[in-house]
Amino acid sequence: MPSKQDILDLYFMDARHKLIDIAAFLDRVDRHEGNPDFRYDGFHHALEAMLKPGDVPRAQAVLESLSDHTTEPIPKATIQGAFGAVNPSP
Amino acid sequence: MKYIEPHAHMVSRTTDDYQAMALAGCEVICEPAFWAGFDRTSAQGFYDYYRQLTDYEPKRAAKFGIDHYCWLCINPKEAEDAGFAREVMAIIPEFIDQANVLGIGEIGLNKNTVSELKIFEEHVDLAKKHDLPILIHTPHLEDKLKGTRLIIDALNNANVDPGRVIIDHVEEHTAGLVLDSGFWAGMTLYPESKCSLPRAVDILENFGMENIWMNSACDWGVSDPLAVAKCTIEMKKRAYSKDTIQKVIYDNPVKFLSQSKHFNL
Repeated sequence: MPSKQDILDLYFMDARHKLIDIAAFLDRVDRHEGNPDFRYDGFHHALEAMLKPGDVPRAQAVLESLSDHTTEPIPKATIQGAFGAVNPSP
Repeated sequence: MKYIEPHAHMVSRTTDDYQAMALAGCEVICEPAFWAGFDRTSAQGFYDYYRQLTDYEPKRAAKFGIDHYCWLCINPKEAEDAGFAREVMAIIPEFIDQANVLGIGEIGLNKNTVSELKIFEEHVDLAKKHDLPILIHTPHLEDKLKGTRLIIDALNNANVDPGRVIIDHVEEHTAGLVLDSGFWAGMTLYPESKCSLPRAVDILENFGMENIWMNSACDWGVSDPLAVAKCTIEMKKRAYSKDTIQKVIYDNPVKFLSQSKHFNL
């Protein structure tokens, strides 16, 4: 199995590239006019979940942060797609 | 390296894709019935689609030396109208005995609605009645966790043998739920959503190599019919042996699919 050093050699540059893309995405939203919708807050909450995942792995914490945690089926679909973050007031 | 593509929507792909997959080592493709990207306007549209899956597409695949199998259902995106869904489901038994039909799928949930869940349960009943394995689609993005939980609850309530059910499109937050309940898990390798190649290998490392497969789920959207073959390179980068890679991309699919009476390598 690869060592931590091997994993860094394999994936650091790719992860660095994606991290800067995320920072640039947030700057881009901030720079433009108007108000962001619920996805903006959802994204920030997911970033916090990544930094403080508790007792689960970071990827799981991020996915759970971006998930609907209600338990009952909804009466009817209003759209067919999904947004990627939970709309608190659909 | 030989492999099985256990979830691909080849009706949306070109002959170039078939050729590339054959060159990459693909020996078998399994095609679940799915949403066409738009809602069909009549049950007859599904009749023609089932004819395509059971008659025309196997012949197209055979031209590239690939065996083609399929799963039948009405997908959850078109299950919101329960009356329409039942009209379509009434057609399915006519096709169940076709030589390339594996079972019922990809059924499941999309927006986790009451109607979707009811039609899902009726599909499960149909599979049980005909003693067929089941392939399940889990919802997208923010709906996946809730949908996976609802699906598992419904399957447990129906007393389905979990070893004959594969729950697809798992990610880090649902793989454990699925595998710990005794079901098979499928990982979908997508360029923009679901699993990236490195994350799929991470899931294998975290949850093990048993009762799990990977697929491209290539369709009419942004997707890569060679994703499974490319993931073998990802596994090689992490120094997995050829035997381990073959287990994930060939032996595991064979083990699950062999539970269908029509699957024959």
